Amino acid sequence: MGASAFPAKAVRPRHTAVVRVTHWITTLCFFALLVSGIEIVISHPRFYWGEAGNMLTAPLFVLPIPSSRAAVVTGYRYVLPDQNGWSRALHFQAAWVVVLTGLLYVISGLTTRHFRKNLAPAKADLSPRALGNSIGSHLRLERPAAAEAWSYNALQRLTYLFVIFVLFPLVVWTGLAMSPGFVAAFPATVTLLGGQQSARTMHFFVTLALVLFLLVHVVMIRVAGFRGRMRAMITGQTSTDAENT
Amino acid sequence: MSIISRRKLITGGLAATAGVGGLGVAARLAQKYGLIPPDHGGIYGPGETLNYAFQRLTRHSLAREFSRSQISTLPFPNDTAPPNEEFKRLRAGGFADWRLAVDGMVAQPGSFSLDQLKSYPTRSQITQLACEEGWSYIAEWTGVPLSHVLNLVGVHPQARYVVYRSIEPDWWDSIDMTEAMHPQTLLVHAMNGGELAVGSGGPLRMRVPRQLGYKSVKYLARLTVTDSLKKFGKGMGSSAPEAGYAWYAGI
Repeated sequence: MGASAFPAKAVRPRHTAVVRVTHWITTLCFFALLVSGIEIVISHPRFYWGEAGNMLTAPLFVLPIPSSRAAVVTGYRYVLPDQNGWSRALHFQAAWVVVLTGLLYVISGLTTRHFRKNLAPAKADLSPRALGNSIGSHLRLERPAAAEAWSYNALQRLTYLFVIFVLFPLVVWTGLAMSPGFVAAFPATVTLLGGQQSARTMHFFVTLALVLFLLVHVVMIRVAGFRGRMRAMITGQTSTDAENT
Repeated sequence: MSIISRRKLITGGLAATAGVGGLGVAARLAQKYGLIPPDHGGIYGPGETLNYAFQRLTRHSLAREFSRSQISTLPFPNDTAPPNEEFKRLRAGGFADWRLAVDGMVAQPGSFSLDQLKSYPTRSQITQLACEEGWSYIAEWTGVPLSHVLNLVGVHPQARYVVYRSIEPDWWDSIDMTEAMHPQTLLVHAMNGGELAVGSGGPLRMRVPRQLGYKSVKYLARLTVTDSLKKFGKGMGSSAPEAGYAWYAGI
């Protein structure tokens, strides 16, 4: 490192500053939302479909966990402490931060052509054979080629696009559809989902999908070389820069 | 690094100054237009303030109303504190002596019996009661709009909030004047076509359908109209923030 780090810094970074900063703010918010969300679910670990649902309604399914409310019969003989106060406050504050961060990312991604340049997959990569090969090498946990340190493969691009443009909007939408104030102003946000309890159940499943994404994402980072990929997302330098210097 | 730092320093400094100045102006404007909730302090204050400030944009919206067929066959009566001695005495008398006291910044402080309240024009609405825990039920609520009673007693123009109290000690809440004058904010005395059961908050319950269930305080006994929430409890607007919950519960 030392003096030789200067020329490496002058070259184009692997990820732009906007991508790096929004990535880590989103990561922080996601953990805050996940922890507080789990706390909120513990107060009523039962899920329903339709508009209304309560202890006297048949549930769609019940999580086999203890609850923080005595009124919820769980089969456990103890009641967890109520943590909903700070959990709800943290949940909504983190939601504000992540939504504003997401808007900044999307606006920047459109104006800098980040989505078109870095995330839209090439036509050739979308052929069944190419995708099949890519899925195979991912499942075998093969270490990616050195060139991939500078670009995403097609499977990665499709996954990121799905998370950014499907899962994230869905988790925000299903969350807002649970807010009595928001649905009073925009009733279609909840009626389109089939009711407030349906929205809550979908919020849970979209969260599961996001957690699954996070787990696979971290495993893939590990396969590709944890230190190198982390360095690229923190400082912008790729592992190949570091190896050269 | 030192080569690029001067320009960056100047633009960064200007941006920071503009940012801080902008925040200052925003805070002043927010204060002026009543966008700051009483529980704006603490680390979650910014989130609470954003939640409350943004709902002001949609303050004239109406809570969804449902059809009769959507009424929950088994509305879930949430467990509440056991009724106190005064409640038991009033209940033994068939709530004939139940009074709703109204005081504070009003032209004619006074109190209303249940019979008086029932003689006023009523509104019935089938709305959802959603608990912050995640459960909910739909019921038909019947009562006199809070705005009707407030107009009867004559609210001073500088009034900004209505504080309301249960007969149970330490169970109180408040709403801003917009929510208080909202047509769906009711003093409920009947539910699903019958008397309002004690388990559901009878004989009298506040109903604020655009906010979560905990704003719908049961066993309503007193209304106080005020221009400031500072002197009530710990000054955070209700007993909910004192237990860690948001004052504005529209989310």
